[in-house]
Amino acid sequence: MTLLELKDLATRNVHSARGDRRFAWVGVVLIAAALAILPFALASIGTAWVRITNLAILYVLLSLGLNIVVGFAGLLDLGYIAFYAVGAYAYALLASPHFNLHLPFWVILPIGAGLACIFGVLLGAPTLKLRGDYLAIVTLGFGEIIRIFLNNLSQPVNITNGPQGVTLIDPFRIGTFNFARTETLLGMTFSGPIKYYYFLVLLVIVIIVINLRLQDSRIGRAWEAIREDEVAARAMGINTRNMKLLAFAMGASFGGVSGGVFSATQGFISPESFVLVESIMVLSMVVLGGMGNIWGVILGAILLSFAPEVLRYTVEPVQRALFGRMIIEPEVIRMLLFGLALVLMMLFRPAGILPSAVRKRELERRKETP
Amino acid sequence: MSSGDADVLLEGKGISKRFGGLHALVDVSFSIRRGEIYGLIGPNGAGKTSLFNVLTGIYEQDAGTFTFDGEPLVGTASHDVAKRGIARTFQNIRLFANLSALENVMIGRHVRTRAGVVGAIVRDARTQAEEAAIEERAYRLLEYVGVARRANDLAKHLAYGDQRRLEIARALATEPKLLALDEPAAGMNATETSGLRKLLEDIRRDGTTILLIEHDMKLVMSVCDRVLVLDYGRKIAEGSAADVQRDPKVISAYLGGEIALAPANRA
Repeated sequence: MTLLELKDLATRNVHSARGDRRFAWVGVVLIAAALAILPFALASIGTAWVRITNLAILYVLLSLGLNIVVGFAGLLDLGYIAFYAVGAYAYALLASPHFNLHLPFWVILPIGAGLACIFGVLLGAPTLKLRGDYLAIVTLGFGEIIRIFLNNLSQPVNITNGPQGVTLIDPFRIGTFNFARTETLLGMTFSGPIKYYYFLVLLVIVIIVINLRLQDSRIGRAWEAIREDEVAARAMGINTRNMKLLAFAMGASFGGVSGGVFSATQGFISPESFVLVESIMVLSMVVLGGMGNIWGVILGAILLSFAPEVLRYTVEPVQRALFGRMIIEPEVIRMLLFGLALVLMMLFRPAGILPSAVRKRELERRKETP
Repeated sequence: MSSGDADVLLEGKGISKRFGGLHALVDVSFSIRRGEIYGLIGPNGAGKTSLFNVLTGIYEQDAGTFTFDGEPLVGTASHDVAKRGIARTFQNIRLFANLSALENVMIGRHVRTRAGVVGAIVRDARTQAEEAAIEERAYRLLEYVGVARRANDLAKHLAYGDQRRLEIARALATEPKLLALDEPAAGMNATETSGLRKLLEDIRRDGTTILLIEHDMKLVMSVCDRVLVLDYGRKIAEGSAADVQRDPKVISAYLGGEIALAPANRA
């Protein structure tokens, strides 16, 4: 529901010059109120749902990052989760007893973003001449290499602690304010996940604004030109090499930030969190929602990250009510439905649930004034 | 050498390009003067598009040099060529199909504008002003080529002739000194072609030199000041449209072998 409102707001914002700015502000206030109340509503069902929502927001962040590479610049990346891993490990190693380092999060998150950014360029540089399936294979390999490194960098010097992963990762702290501790303020209980929720919502708003502005800018147009026709883009004077590297770097840095937050909220990470299926999941979110359309991508991420949880809680009771016993495991039915959804989507909405639309520009105004 | 050639915009000297055993261009030399419409003709496979691609940095020539606007143009990447002031269109239209007509032209402004990532995110006053100027200019260019009413439509939804015009507008957006058009009249009917002729003359009048590959001889002969004729990668004639038309080598290239030569010799 909230998302439809958001989408509505987005289209309205595009047409804002035509008038109803006041209406848009009402929308913003409503959405803000809904987002502020949401965690308490969810907490009343169960704290687990707040955690699930937080994870969903992390997936939104990841999808928005991948959307820059895949949706805007048209570079198929199957190893995106590697940047998430880089950010997550950067946080874990700099804020845990593993190296006995406990840097504050506002120092580590930029470091993680920067590091992921460097890895993005490292992946981008050798793949500049590749497109489509060839690029997909190389990026897939890159994602696996990072994971295998994380798995094996416990010898000869123990850096990543191998498959055991890193434990006891610090939560976010600002002075004495600890994100993991439950606090009561004005009679309301703020649990750890609820605090992280607010942080994540702020982060996702910042990232959405950055994405919207990038897309509708000289840089975003250059990316879209490369996606549409690289030869023509170059003939128009676009330095395709730099622009592609920039897309990889920007996308990767978003992944790095998300990874850092993931580390802190989970308190434990291991290479197992960063397998190929995760990359494919994020890519599915981008494709399902509508490649290149920021609102579509957000919708895709929310749908695909909530669907399994909803199924987990509904499949068993429904089957018991219908047949008196459980016939198909939730996990099995989840993959079944997931596959079915993707096939149906490719058949009926190949451009995604919310395909990217033409950006109409206000030209009437100009025509009136000679 | 270039002292007396102040009015020469582009000079090609001994340009050669080989694809495996195929000699696409053999020792081609030519010069284009400022403010003229320079035709490039020849039968299919004569090397016209190859010359375009070598000039615009899509391929690198095996031998020869280009001098553009008084300075050499050697081993320059495609995007640098655009920056130097050569913009092109493509034989098989290459628009950014899923972007609006206006955005296509706005992308053409890329090379003459500066906003970076920080500017795009922060949207400071300078970036905003630049964006407004880009949009304004792009719209004016759409008006100039006559497709302004389709500004907000996807490029792929435009009629064929309009797509050709849009490609010209996009190229003009890079503020070229030399506009290189690869068969702009291909597939156009007579009305569209005469509209195109008017557009080409307008562009020249407004100060842009044009290099034109074209198969439509009526258009070439009516609009071009001078013409270069290629055949099998070699230059067989260069001169005014009227002279070239009467050149026996040109007639033979187009009509084929000795049969065509015979009446020309008799005349």
